[in-house]
Amino acid sequence: MKLIEAIIKPFKLDEVKDALNEIGIEGITVSEVKGFGRQKGHTELYRGAEYVVDFIPKIKMEIAVSDDLVNKVVETIQNTAKTGRIGDGKIFIIPLEEAVRIRTGEQGADAI
Amino acid sequence: MKLKLYLAALMLILMAGLIPVAAMAEEKKDAAPAATAPAATLAAPAADAAKPVEAAKPADAAAPAAAPGAPATPPDVKPVLNTGDTAWMLVSSALVLLMIPGLALFYGGMVRQKNVLSTMMHSLVAMGIVGVQWAIIGYSLSFGPDMAKMGLIGDFSKMMLNGLIIMKDAASGTVEYALFQNYTKEPGAIPELVFAMYQAMFAMITVALISGAMAERVKFSAYCVFVLLWTTLVYDPLAHWVWMTDGWLFKKGALDFAGGTVVHLSSGISALAFLMFLGKRHGYPTERMAPHNLPLTLLGVGLLWFGWFGFNAGSAIVGPNTSDAAGGLAGLAFTTTTIAPAAAGLSWMIAEWLHSGKPSALGFGSGVVAGLVVITPAAGFVQPGAALLMGVAAGLICYGGILLKAKLKYDDSLDAFGVHGIGGTFGAIITGVFATVGATGLLAGNAKQLMIQLIAVLAAGGYAFIVTLVITFILDKTIGLRVDKEDEIMGLDQTQHSESGYNM
Repeated sequence: MKLIEAIIKPFKLDEVKDALNEIGIEGITVSEVKGFGRQKGHTELYRGAEYVVDFIPKIKMEIAVSDDLVNKVVETIQNTAKTGRIGDGKIFIIPLEEAVRIRTGEQGADAI
Repeated sequence: MKLKLYLAALMLILMAGLIPVAAMAEEKKDAAPAATAPAATLAAPAADAAKPVEAAKPADAAAPAAAPGAPATPPDVKPVLNTGDTAWMLVSSALVLLMIPGLALFYGGMVRQKNVLSTMMHSLVAMGIVGVQWAIIGYSLSFGPDMAKMGLIGDFSKMMLNGLIIMKDAASGTVEYALFQNYTKEPGAIPELVFAMYQAMFAMITVALISGAMAERVKFSAYCVFVLLWTTLVYDPLAHWVWMTDGWLFKKGALDFAGGTVVHLSSGISALAFLMFLGKRHGYPTERMAPHNLPLTLLGVGLLWFGWFGFNAGSAIVGPNTSDAAGGLAGLAFTTTTIAPAAAGLSWMIAEWLHSGKPSALGFGSGVVAGLVVITPAAGFVQPGAALLMGVAAGLICYGGILLKAKLKYDDSLDAFGVHGIGGTFGAIITGVFATVGATGLLAGNAKQLMIQLIAVLAAGGYAFIVTLVITFILDKTIGLRVDKEDEIMGLDQTQHSESGYNM
């Protein structure tokens, strides 16, 4: 099992979620984060006081998948979240040791 | 380069504008001056139909000046309650009160989220403290009969608004209401209670303005004591000096229609005095301290402008040589209070657009407030053309004041000095240039008025600054002005009030 962590542009969330639903992924966790990579921030000016804003709002998606689905999921995310411009985001694949469904106690592949 | 551009624009506008105003002023040389030297020319009758000068004929006959035609001074008349004036003054009082929550929103939106309630409390609690103080001693000290005939402060005869309601027959509850008659040659009067309450709102908002400088770090208990001391020791004397007929600055002929000196200059300069002991916010100027809720601030600007109509147009009640609260003079003040802030909002916005690249919402709102501040001492003394010029200048000058603060890096958090101090000073002085209605200024041929304005500004500003320094020093050494550093970092809402502004 793997945990796929994808940092994407916020307006792409609905598109990516729909695309993942289509390939059979039924569970996603989404959080609002901020960060920067090579996409720099911007400056804001309030009454003569200038502030450089380094962080840009992003969406982080976490999806637990079985190993055979990893490539398909990564490909789907990359295709739908891509705009071609700086700041599109990143995908991280993290090994997932165990998963448990709280309601039933199922473990492993049955839990995801 | 951009700085030079907008400075050049400022010069051009001011100079270009002075020509038509000077031309207008030339025509108005015939109008009878009020409190100033009667040596002015008085050939033609003052009723020049094209210009909206006070229409009432008796208003032209100021006691010392020779009136055109009828040389005898009219006799004093008994005051008679004028229901139209009373209705308007009741509304004006409510309008001015609305300015204080407006100020709370204006300031509150500009601080960080963790301090929003604390900042708004500064304005709100001032309503409480001054509301009580005013009834007990404030009104008496400001507008009571002069103590020791020196023109410095009123006595205690009107403590607890004594004498404003006169009990005629306690058994049946029959009362009589004392009347306030501004000009003894005209009968129009309003209940003195209404006048007292109108003035109460001014006292409330003046001290609340100072809180802008001390936001996000002042200790609430120290602030409450400061409010009480400042309104009693600074505001009440200044109001007496400038607005009471016995006041020494009034007798000198200082012009302050609705409070450029008494309200804005005094609060602005006092803010500076307070800052000397308070110190900067922790993390200033490197840490990010952007406004957390500018929609609140803009809403505040709207409420302030709305309420300011009561502030300026309502001040016609104390206009020179008139007893009409709701009349032409109020109309003029209303007009200038529309034009000046509109022009100022634009000029600040355009200056910022040219200088920094983008027109900001905060800039436009700040410009409007600057315009309102600058027109306050002049609202019923200048004509619309002058109001337009003053508005343009207000936006540019106060914008410059903000830039100066950014350069000098002193932490006047919400620009109490930058907008109110600088704007109030500028407005008070420029009134001595542009006054043509009910008084004459430099452009109307009276250079003396400008000098009087300067004296008033220096006297009031100096007094406010020194007394505030003393008050602040004492508070600093006794209760302490600031919260602890950790409390400041955590946020005043939590640490001073055990509350959180947004629990959404």
